[in-house]
Amino acid sequence: MQKMSRDAMAKRVAQDIHEGAYVNLGIGLPTMVANYLPADREIFLHSENGLLGMGPAPAPGEEDEDLINAGKQPVTLLTGGAYFHHGDSFAMMRGGHLDICVLGAFQVSATGDLANWHTGAPDAIPAVGGAMDLAIGARQVFVMTDHQTKSGESKIVEQCSYPLTGIGCVNRIYTDLAVIDVTSDGLVVREMVEGLTFEELQRRTAAPLIAAPKEDSK
Amino acid sequence: MIDKTIDTMAQAVAGIHDGATVMIGGFGNAGMPAALIDALIAQGARDLTIVNNNAGNGETGLAALLKAKRVRKIICSFPRQADSQVFDALYRAGEIELELTPQGNLAERIRAAGAGIGGFFSPTGYGTLLAEGKETRTINGKNYVLESPIHADFALIKALHGDRWGNLVYRKTARNFGPIMATAAKVTIAQVTRIVELGELDPEHIVTPGIFVQRVVQESAQGGKQ
Repeated sequence: MQKMSRDAMAKRVAQDIHEGAYVNLGIGLPTMVANYLPADREIFLHSENGLLGMGPAPAPGEEDEDLINAGKQPVTLLTGGAYFHHGDSFAMMRGGHLDICVLGAFQVSATGDLANWHTGAPDAIPAVGGAMDLAIGARQVFVMTDHQTKSGESKIVEQCSYPLTGIGCVNRIYTDLAVIDVTSDGLVVREMVEGLTFEELQRRTAAPLIAAPKEDSK
Repeated sequence: MIDKTIDTMAQAVAGIHDGATVMIGGFGNAGMPAALIDALIAQGARDLTIVNNNAGNGETGLAALLKAKRVRKIICSFPRQADSQVFDALYRAGEIELELTPQGNLAERIRAAGAGIGGFFSPTGYGTLLAEGKETRTINGKNYVLESPIHADFALIKALHGDRWGNLVYRKTARNFGPIMATAAKVTIAQVTRIVELGELDPEHIVTPGIFVQRVVQESAQGGKQ
């Protein structure tokens, strides 16, 4: 069994982003999804600091300090893109206008609670940014994360132990081992990496999983 | 004749009093009115409450204001960053108060103040640490948290062009909090790259109408108008 690379995960998420989708890619791993969006689809990337139609990083020497993404990295604007202020930007997010957002996670619960902003450690300085607005605002929330922490703990849990970002907000989880839907019945496994058994996936997951009905599995 | 343009940075920040609540535009360094902040440091007001998305980057701009120990409290969404060492040290030493607000609630609290709204129910943060102790309500089956407006005594913002009536246009993502902060402060002070003649800005393209702006100062201004 081979875990998916970060690039393979990004490519997998990108497949599920449809033509015409308005999408926000969170800081960190989700940002990589932009590199794999199918070239034959027009997809609008939103950045909460006020742009829609975000393009790739500029060529070296072409950076503009007034044109950055939410991670404060230099970006470009596609032809047809737009700038707007923070009030409008978060209206797009909170108002349910974004089709998809892709977020990283410390933990996701069996009922789709998300924890991704704060470890709660006493010496940690908390910072939330737009995470809570994205988590509850987009029509579909995808989480992209390693299945387990470096020390082998499951990031999918019955109940989050880290402080929550949003309640019941996650629709689909893409890990380096599987694609899992959060449904009213529970966590349904849609895909697994080659060579991984359902039993082994369950062993690595701290919440009950449901095998997808045969006709659904790929 | 109405002329909101100001000759010097020092005059632009005159009257900012100790204990004032000051909104500062910018997302990281994009849109941060660095010249106004430098003037505020020189002006000397202390015990300030600052409203910004972040809590300073590196050692300049907002970070320099923090370093000069002029800030009692900061209301922001994302203080901790790779280069927020000035804030981090003050916070760990207990020398600055932090009110952490989700970014969208921060924006809407500012917008609400400017629009005369007494409070609003936001779905953001419901059931989290950041909603603890706040009134909640279920509306049409969805859960919300009561959020309050943030009013300011002053707003320091950065725009691209401004005219003597205070009309402003911005540049790219440096726009960010500028337009909403301009509405929420008693005195809005705009640092602009260039002061233009009245009529030069296309009325269809003006982002902040002059009613929200009290002072306009050109970035290059020191001793006098350029």
